[in-house]
Amino acid sequence: MTSADLNTVLPEILLALGAMSGLMVGVWGGKDRIAGLLCWATAALMAGLAAYIGLTGFGDNVAFGGMFHDDGFARFAKVAILLSAAGVLVMGQDYMARRGLLRFEYPVLVALAVVGMMVMVSAGDLMALYMGLELQSLALYVVSALRRDSAKSTEAGLKYFVLGALSSGLLLYGASLVYGFAGTTVFSGILAAAGEGQAPLGLLIGLVFVISGLAFKVSAVPFHMWTPDVYEGAPTPVTAFLATAPKVAAMALFARVMHDAFGGVTADWSQVIAVVSVLSMFLGAIAAIGQMNIKRLMAYSSIAHMGYALMGLAAGTQFGVQAMLIYMAIYVTMNVGTFSFILAMEQDGAPVSDIRTLNLYARAEPGRALALLVLLFSLAGVPPFLGFFGKLYVLRAAYDAGLVWLAVAGVIASVIGAYYYLRLVYLMWFGAEGARLETNHAPVLWVFLMGSAAAMVFGVINLFGIEGAAAAAAATLVP
Amino acid sequence: MDNLLSIVTFLPAVAAVILALFLKGDDAAAQKNAKWLALIATSATFLISLFILAQFDPADTGFQMVEERPWLLGLTYKMGVDGISVLFVMLTTFMMPLVIAASWEVTTRVKEYMVAFLILETLMLGVFTALDLVLFYLFFEAGLIPMFLIIGIWGGKARIYAAFKFFLYTFLGSVLMLVAMVAMFSDAGTTDITKLLAHRFATESFSVLGIQIVGGLQTMLFLAFFASFAVKIPMWPVHTWLPDAHVQAPTAGSVVLAAIMLKMGGYGFLRFSLPMFPVGADIMAPVVLWMSAIAIVYTSLVALVQEDMKKLIAYSSIAHMGYVTMGIFAANQQGVDGAIFQMLSHGFVSAALFLCVGVIYDRMHTRDIDAYGGLVNRMPAYALVFMFFTMANVGLPGTSGFVGEFLTLMGVFQVNTWVAVVATSGVILSAAYALWLYRRVVFGDLIKEALRSITDMNTREKWIFAPLVAATLLLGIYPALITDIIGPSVTALVTEYNAEVAVPRAALAQN
Repeated sequence: MTSADLNTVLPEILLALGAMSGLMVGVWGGKDRIAGLLCWATAALMAGLAAYIGLTGFGDNVAFGGMFHDDGFARFAKVAILLSAAGVLVMGQDYMARRGLLRFEYPVLVALAVVGMMVMVSAGDLMALYMGLELQSLALYVVSALRRDSAKSTEAGLKYFVLGALSSGLLLYGASLVYGFAGTTVFSGILAAAGEGQAPLGLLIGLVFVISGLAFKVSAVPFHMWTPDVYEGAPTPVTAFLATAPKVAAMALFARVMHDAFGGVTADWSQVIAVVSVLSMFLGAIAAIGQMNIKRLMAYSSIAHMGYALMGLAAGTQFGVQAMLIYMAIYVTMNVGTFSFILAMEQDGAPVSDIRTLNLYARAEPGRALALLVLLFSLAGVPPFLGFFGKLYVLRAAYDAGLVWLAVAGVIASVIGAYYYLRLVYLMWFGAEGARLETNHAPVLWVFLMGSAAAMVFGVINLFGIEGAAAAAAATLVP
Repeated sequence: MDNLLSIVTFLPAVAAVILALFLKGDDAAAQKNAKWLALIATSATFLISLFILAQFDPADTGFQMVEERPWLLGLTYKMGVDGISVLFVMLTTFMMPLVIAASWEVTTRVKEYMVAFLILETLMLGVFTALDLVLFYLFFEAGLIPMFLIIGIWGGKARIYAAFKFFLYTFLGSVLMLVAMVAMFSDAGTTDITKLLAHRFATESFSVLGIQIVGGLQTMLFLAFFASFAVKIPMWPVHTWLPDAHVQAPTAGSVVLAAIMLKMGGYGFLRFSLPMFPVGADIMAPVVLWMSAIAIVYTSLVALVQEDMKKLIAYSSIAHMGYVTMGIFAANQQGVDGAIFQMLSHGFVSAALFLCVGVIYDRMHTRDIDAYGGLVNRMPAYALVFMFFTMANVGLPGTSGFVGEFLTLMGVFQVNTWVAVVATSGVILSAAYALWLYRRVVFGDLIKEALRSITDMNTREKWIFAPLVAATLLLGIYPALITDIIGPSVTALVTEYNAEVAVPRAALAQN
């Protein structure tokens, strides 16, 4: 272990140290009284690290003998993870405080989960992969059950834990098979063992198990069952967190394993991912139609969105990875905005998540309703908003890779999916008279809602320059 | 001015943003300000767009006033007009002030209403000026959002059903076009429409799921685009969203839908389907011609039995769009000239008819034909205007309606006599339903108690109809005004098309 290695993992070390000191201060110092401050401090640390990674990182640095890669791809994903996690921490703070949920463990656990995610996207070895994944998952299991006195929240945490453990088991089983047939756990070694288009059968079986484990983490069909229950049961700020940063991390990890370790046998995994993608898109689109709870609805929406992101991955090309990264960046921005609205949904001071409370909301709050309208149409992939461009990128990637059927299925699913987003718009703008929704006027939520909606409109001009960054990131992963 | 088209296109949107951000309150004064601001903005757009017409050189068949900037993903922000699109731009800018003026009596959520219409104008203008595939798609699809809200918020009783049907139906039609656009991007490496027009897409047949596709990629692309434009224009049998949308939309919404939004489909056929996939279009043309003929006869018959005035005019619109598709796919000078002429003429006539319905709907709040009768006794000016546009709808010589029908029939007669024969019967049927409607609403004795105190058109309403009457008469008496502008571009389009299909057609004939 040299100082160069430590230097490469400096952001992860800093964040881990930050989390530890937060824990110390929490325990010895003010307990929950300083939790709010701790949220802001953690968010600031994350934003600072995002700036550090985004602005200073160059080249492809490998640490710990290939266990850890700090390349353009990892940096792109880390910036997205850190920024969205920081945003969600800041957003949810007021909600947590008013419900008596703001314990000092919350920012600490989120920070630890983020450390896990950063290790995941940088993993260059099955061991590092598993380490990052478990650190992330364990922290998430706990924050899902943060509302200890609520049966739903604890149920969500337990369900997440049991199913997550199962998926980790699948992943480990796959990893052991891969190790057995490749003789190594380092991705580059697996890449060499898998060869060009000709891999041993055992390795392929291992690959399928690894895909299953990863598909669970991105909540792709058929490993999606936990998503609606956990989204509904977890406190809303935690749901917002679950819907953003972990999805980016898992998707980036997915891309890294597929290309770094199995890049030689693209044809073998491309079709598996294509099927998972098409199932996710359709299930997400159809199952959301009947939902009355906006958090469950967003769960199915995220399943569908993961289907689209996987479409880019299924292409198995450099452009496919670029499309996936852009899609995820747009997805995270949209979801941060949408959840900042959901966090503000209240009736008589109590949080509500029934979509029927949105009835004629636009009459009371035209500005916020307009912002949400933009976000919903963007989620549905209707032009001219940014969400459409995300779809355009993945469609192009799928078409170029010869997956025309996948592209056609994707657009048809998007029409079905448009229905439930439209239904929210309809309730807000021309629904029936009913009990009026009040929204929390916390300025932070307003800023995130408006900022995200504005990004959906103005991002169309040049995507805020992330196109070039995503292209460079994809180039480091798939030469 | 180098960016005249962008200015015209985005001026209404800028006005909408100003309206949304700076106009507070919902009292009478604020409502009045919103209406005036919208009227001024749309009128200014029309006046500036006159510069486009002045600068336009009909002899040049290429794109004029072109603006180009790089955009993301290798797309370009490119705008321009040619003989085919310039008049649609003018139609849009001409109609919008009238639409705003026709909405003067709206009292609910006036600010949002005006914002929606201004945004819609920008999006519609963008469709006709965009010279990039994805930019076109952006405007084409985005237009659904304000229309969805217009139908949903200010619509009639069944507005929710109509709004969803409108949105999802047309969205489903368009997404296949999106895949086709991605395919074209991939194949040609560009989304620049001028370059795509020069690009030849493959015609080698291949098989999909065991079905041999004659014309290969071109046929597939044609079908994908056809799915979108056929729904938009709309053609039988995918027209069913239109009557619902028209009936439930507020008057101004129906006017925009009929006068401008339907034309996007016809414009799409002329801009993409014929010049970019000539072989695919040639293979499918007989089918499309027969679909058009069926549309003309079938929807005319359906119009005959309607109880609701707006629904009747909606079906009449579908029949008239049948002439348009028929003319386009005849693919000769008269047919395409006639199709464009018919679209412009229908823009004025159908808009005026919907406004006519709006006039009495505002007074009586019903669109049932049975609720009226004998209006001529109380509303002589209205009866005259309604008579004029009924005749124009029927295609009376001297009105613009005649020229379009005649030219398209003449065009299709040279290509497929039987289709022309069937379609000609539509001329008689349209006279039947239109005149019968007129008789039931306007003539007869004034026996309905509720109508005793109905008032004739006021000055505002008269001023809305005046430009429409003038335009309809002018184009009917002197159609060369239009054909001189569109002629050279249409000639170039038709010549190119026939040259492209000559060889494959001969090869097909040999097999």
